[in-house]
Amino acid sequence: MKMTNAEYDKLTKKASPNTKLYLTLPKAFVIGGLICCLGQALFNLYSYWGLNEMNARSVTSITLIFFSAFLTGFGLYDKIAKHGGAGTLVPITGFANSVVAPALEFKTEGFVLGTAAKMFIIAGPVIVYGIAASVIYGIILYLFQLM
Amino acid sequence: MLIKDGTIALDSLPSVTAYASAAGKMESEGPLGKCFDFTTQDNTLGEVSWEKSESKLQQIAFTTALSKGGFSQKDIDVMFAGDLLNQCVSSSSGAKDTNIPFVGLFGACSTMAESLALAGIFVDSKAANNAAAVTSSHFCSAERQFRFPVNYGGQRTPTAQWTATAAGCAIVSSHCKPPYIRSVTIGKINDMGVTDANNMGAAMAEAAYDTISRHLANTAQQVSDFDLILTGDLGQVGSDMLKELFKRDGVDISAVHNDCGLMLYDREKQDVHAGGSGCGCSASVLCGCILKQIEQRTLKNVLFAATGALMSPTINQQGESIPGISHAVQLSAQ
Repeated sequence: MKMTNAEYDKLTKKASPNTKLYLTLPKAFVIGGLICCLGQALFNLYSYWGLNEMNARSVTSITLIFFSAFLTGFGLYDKIAKHGGAGTLVPITGFANSVVAPALEFKTEGFVLGTAAKMFIIAGPVIVYGIAASVIYGIILYLFQLM
Repeated sequence: MLIKDGTIALDSLPSVTAYASAAGKMESEGPLGKCFDFTTQDNTLGEVSWEKSESKLQQIAFTTALSKGGFSQKDIDVMFAGDLLNQCVSSSSGAKDTNIPFVGLFGACSTMAESLALAGIFVDSKAANNAAAVTSSHFCSAERQFRFPVNYGGQRTPTAQWTATAAGCAIVSSHCKPPYIRSVTIGKINDMGVTDANNMGAAMAEAAYDTISRHLANTAQQVSDFDLILTGDLGQVGSDMLKELFKRDGVDISAVHNDCGLMLYDREKQDVHAGGSGCGCSASVLCGCILKQIEQRTLKNVLFAATGALMSPTINQQGESIPGISHAVQLSAQ
């Protein structure tokens, strides 16, 4: 019996299981939260070691990026991210993973056309729209200050 | 001989005289792990790129099939080979040292049935004495081409399928011993407007339904005439949909239906979501497990309908839907 595309779409929806939100949401919250706690712990440690607030923040970010790149290189970050979801995607570690993963993956195509050219295939849009949004907000802020 | 509407009866009943399968680490840990002729714990197979690893897997399947059948490369008149990668590069690289007339095929995950059907038709029509059908897929080479880098921390949806790291090869010769190829049905493009690249099962279910029902109608057979109707890799979602599509016609296939994507992995223990996929999935299940059972006559009449989602990332990103296809090969012990 021939089906219309709309009927088929209904059948597809019926057969396709949904994401188990009751599992994925708490896991994302806990794992993402742990990454943030680690960041706070690092910040406290660097402050305790005598760095001023601005430097302690920068070094905390650098340390988290290092951890993420290290775990990505050893193929462990994606195993954590499988459970972490947005909890590992949203913090700076997720951004680092999205740059390091293609850089490593495409090194077989060479350092120029592979590693360098493909490094931003995932992070590129974040950078483009992040910068674009910050410029727009900057202009709005400037206009408000003129008033 | 053409019966009608894409169904061809192979009157001389060509034989699958030799077959071999090769599989990667995760596949070797699955329920069929012991069936494969070759397994590896190192999915690189000692190569510098995933594409080369896949080529090597295909070569291993081919050379193992040759030696199991007592063939030398000179005995093979034509080779039908395919894989998932652009320009079918795993197949062409794998075959470059063979000096065998080569036909490269792309039918996505349906390629094993496509190549086996063509090899059967060539032998039946005496265009070849021995024809090889060989296909492969590799999780890592497919991921980097179709999706994300392997180490990228993304989450997969429940409907997503796992591309098998596996290869299979079948060599078809003139009638001598089972399994015999009785008939084949060439698939048509079925596009039901599915755009979700993470739901290949849904994109392919209609194609499987169309090809299987055409095959049954054109050869005047019933579902009950078969011990097994084996779809390529519909996975859980596609298999459920296929059963539902048949149910609308008042036909229940669940007693004889199984799916290579559900057989290759243990979905409870292995993290494959809706099941396996990739050319190597149906190839390794057929060549590792099913052909042997037909040869030993534990299975007598099997309809092998491998299914392919002909997904191009380019047109998918342009919002176009994913065409599906399924080719069927009827294999029997008599």
